[in-house]
Amino acid sequence: MTDQSSERSSAAIDYIAVEESPRFQKLKRTQRSFIFPLAALFLIWYFVYVLLGAYATEFMGQRVWGDITIGLILGFGQFITTFAITMAYVSFAGRKLDPKAQEIREELEKAEAQS
Amino acid sequence: MNPFPMAAAPAAENNPVLNISIFAAFVAVTLFIVIRASRNNKTAADYYAAGRSFTGPQNGFAIAGDYLSAASFLGICGAIAVNGYDGFLYSIGFLVAWLVALLLVAELMRNTGKFTMADVLSFRLKQRPVRLAAAITTLAVCFFYLLAQMAGAGGLVSLLMGIDGRIGQSIVIAVVGILMIVYVLIGGMKGTTWVQIVKAFLLIAGAIVMTIWVLAINGFNLNTLLESAVAASPEGDAILAPGLQYGSNPLDFVSLGLALVLGTAGLPHVLMRFYTVPTAKEARRSVVWAIWLIGGFYLLTLVLGYGAGALVGPEVIKAAPGGVNSAAPLLAQYLGGPLLLGLISAVAFATILAVVAGLTITAAASFAHDIYANVIQKGRKKADGTPVDADPNAEVKVARRTVVVIGILAIVGGIGAQGQNIAFLVALAFAVAASANLPTILYSLFWRRFNTRGAVWSMYGGLAAAIILIVLSPVFSGSETAMIPSIDIAIWPLNNPGIVSIPLGFILGWLGTITSRSTESRQLAAEMDVRSLTGFGAEKPIEH
Repeated sequence: MTDQSSERSSAAIDYIAVEESPRFQKLKRTQRSFIFPLAALFLIWYFVYVLLGAYATEFMGQRVWGDITIGLILGFGQFITTFAITMAYVSFAGRKLDPKAQEIREELEKAEAQS
Repeated sequence: MNPFPMAAAPAAENNPVLNISIFAAFVAVTLFIVIRASRNNKTAADYYAAGRSFTGPQNGFAIAGDYLSAASFLGICGAIAVNGYDGFLYSIGFLVAWLVALLLVAELMRNTGKFTMADVLSFRLKQRPVRLAAAITTLAVCFFYLLAQMAGAGGLVSLLMGIDGRIGQSIVIAVVGILMIVYVLIGGMKGTTWVQIVKAFLLIAGAIVMTIWVLAINGFNLNTLLESAVAASPEGDAILAPGLQYGSNPLDFVSLGLALVLGTAGLPHVLMRFYTVPTAKEARRSVVWAIWLIGGFYLLTLVLGYGAGALVGPEVIKAAPGGVNSAAPLLAQYLGGPLLLGLISAVAFATILAVVAGLTITAAASFAHDIYANVIQKGRKKADGTPVDADPNAEVKVARRTVVVIGILAIVGGIGAQGQNIAFLVALAFAVAASANLPTILYSLFWRRFNTRGAVWSMYGGLAAAIILIVLSPVFSGSETAMIPSIDIAIWPLNNPGIVSIPLGFILGWLGTITSRSTESRQLAAEMDVRSLTGFGAEKPIEH
C-alpha cells in the first residue's frame, strides 16, 4: 500500500528517533506556538467582522468621516492586519524556524549520504 | 438587440473588430510564450510542476494570476457597483483566506508532496482509499470553478460583441475551451504558469490605470467618489453598509464568509502551485508576494466598483448584456472609449483563459497521477528510486488525454451555466474546498492520531454535504435565477452550504478517526512530521 514511501524512504534514517529528539521537538513547539495563536487570532477577528456585517448593518453603516463608514474602516482594518500578520510571520520564520530546520535537514542529508 | 437604452455607454461605440484584434494579439503572444516554454516538457515533474524551477516572486504573480479570476475582477467590481459594500465583503474573505495558506499549509505541503494534494494527504495513510477520495474532491472543486470561469467568458463576450443570444455566447465559450486545451496540452505547467504571470501583470496594470483615472475624476478624494456613487445608486446610502445583497439572509452571508476564508487553502489548483518552486522557503515567498498582489488588487476593485456605480450607474450595468459582470468593462468604456474597453476586455479574457488553464492542469494531474498511476496502475511497485520504465510517460500521456476530456466537459458545462453570477459559482467551489479538502489537510499535517477512516469520511462527507445542500438550495432550483428554474426542490434556505458542510467535514474527520481501531504507521507519521518541518527529502527542482 505504501508504494510511494518505499521509493523515497531511505532506510538509513530513523525518523522516529529524529522526531523524538529534543531539537526537533523544540522546533515543532516553536512553530506551533507561533502559528496556532496567530491563526486563532485572525480567524476570530475575521468572524467578528463577518458577524457584524451580517447582523449589525446599521452599526456598520454609521458615518465616521464624510462618507467613510465604520464598515469601510473595519474592512480596511482586515487588509492591514492581513498584511501585518504576513510580515510578522515572514520575519519570525526567517529568524526562528529556518536556521533550526536547515540545521536538522543538513544533518539528515549528511547521514543519508554516509549510509 | 438590447431593450434597454445604454445612456452612458452606447453599444454603437463598441468596436468588435478592435476588441477581437486585441484579444487575438494576446493569444498570439501567450501562445508564443507557451510554445517556447514547452521545449523542456519531458518528465512528469516538468509537465505537472514546471520542473519546480520558478522563483518565489514569479510564483507569487502566477498565484495571483490564478486566483484573481473573472470572479474577482468582473464579479466583485459588479457586486460593489450594484450592491456596494457587500461586494467588498467578498474580497476581504478572499484575501484573509491567504493567511490560512501562509501559516498552516503552504510550506508543509511543499515539503511533503510531489505533484498533487493527494500526495500529502496519503503520505502516512493508506494510499488507495485516501488518494482516490482526494482526487475526487479535487476534480469536484475544479469542475465548479471551471463552470464559473466558462460562464464568465460567455457573459463577457456578450458585452464585447453585443452578442446577446445563447448561440453566439456558446460559440465563444467553445473557443475559450479549445484555446485552453491547446495551452495546457502544449505548455504543461510551465506554459500555464507563464500565461498566468503575463495575465496577472496585465490585470493589475489595467486595474491600476483605471483606478487612478477614476480617482482623478473624483479629485483623488475617496469621499467624493463615495458621494457620487451614493448619488447614482437607487439604494442611496445603503451601498455604504453591508446588507443589500445578503440583508435578507444574514446567515447565508456568514456561511459564505466561512467558505471563503477556509476554502482558499483547500483549492487544489492553488496548492499545486506550491510545487512549482524549488523549496518551502520559496513557497513562503510566493504566498507573501501573492498576498501583497491580491490585497492590493482588491483595494483597487473597491475604487473600480464604486467608480462603476458612480460613473456608469447600477441601472445601466444591470441592464447591459452580461449583467452585473459587465461593470468593469463598462467603466473602461466610459473612461477610455472603445480602446480601453477592448484592452480591459482582453485582460478579462486572458484572466479566464489563465484560470481555466490552471484548473485544467490540476484536474488532469490529479486524474493521471492519483487515479491512473496510483490507484488503477497500483501494484506496479517501483524499485528504490528508479521509476518503472514506461510509467511516468504513460502518466503524462494520460494527463494530456484528460486535458482534452476536461476541456470538452468545461465547454458543455460552461454553456449550461451561462448567466449565473460567477462570483457566486466560485463561492460554491470554495465551499466544497473548505468542507472536503481543508479538514483532511489540517488533520494530516497537525493531528498525529488522524487515520485513514477519518480522512475518507471527512472528504466524502464534506463533499456530499456541500453538493447535496447546493442541489437543495435556491441556487439550483425554485427561483428565477436558479440553474433549473422549472423545478422546485429548494428545501434548504441558504445559497452557500459552508456553515453546515464545513463543520461537518471537520466533525466527520474526528469521528472517523476515533471510531477506527486500525493504527497507521508510526514510522511514516514521524517521517512526515520531520520532512514537513525540515524540508529534508523534499522534491528537488529539475536542472535542464
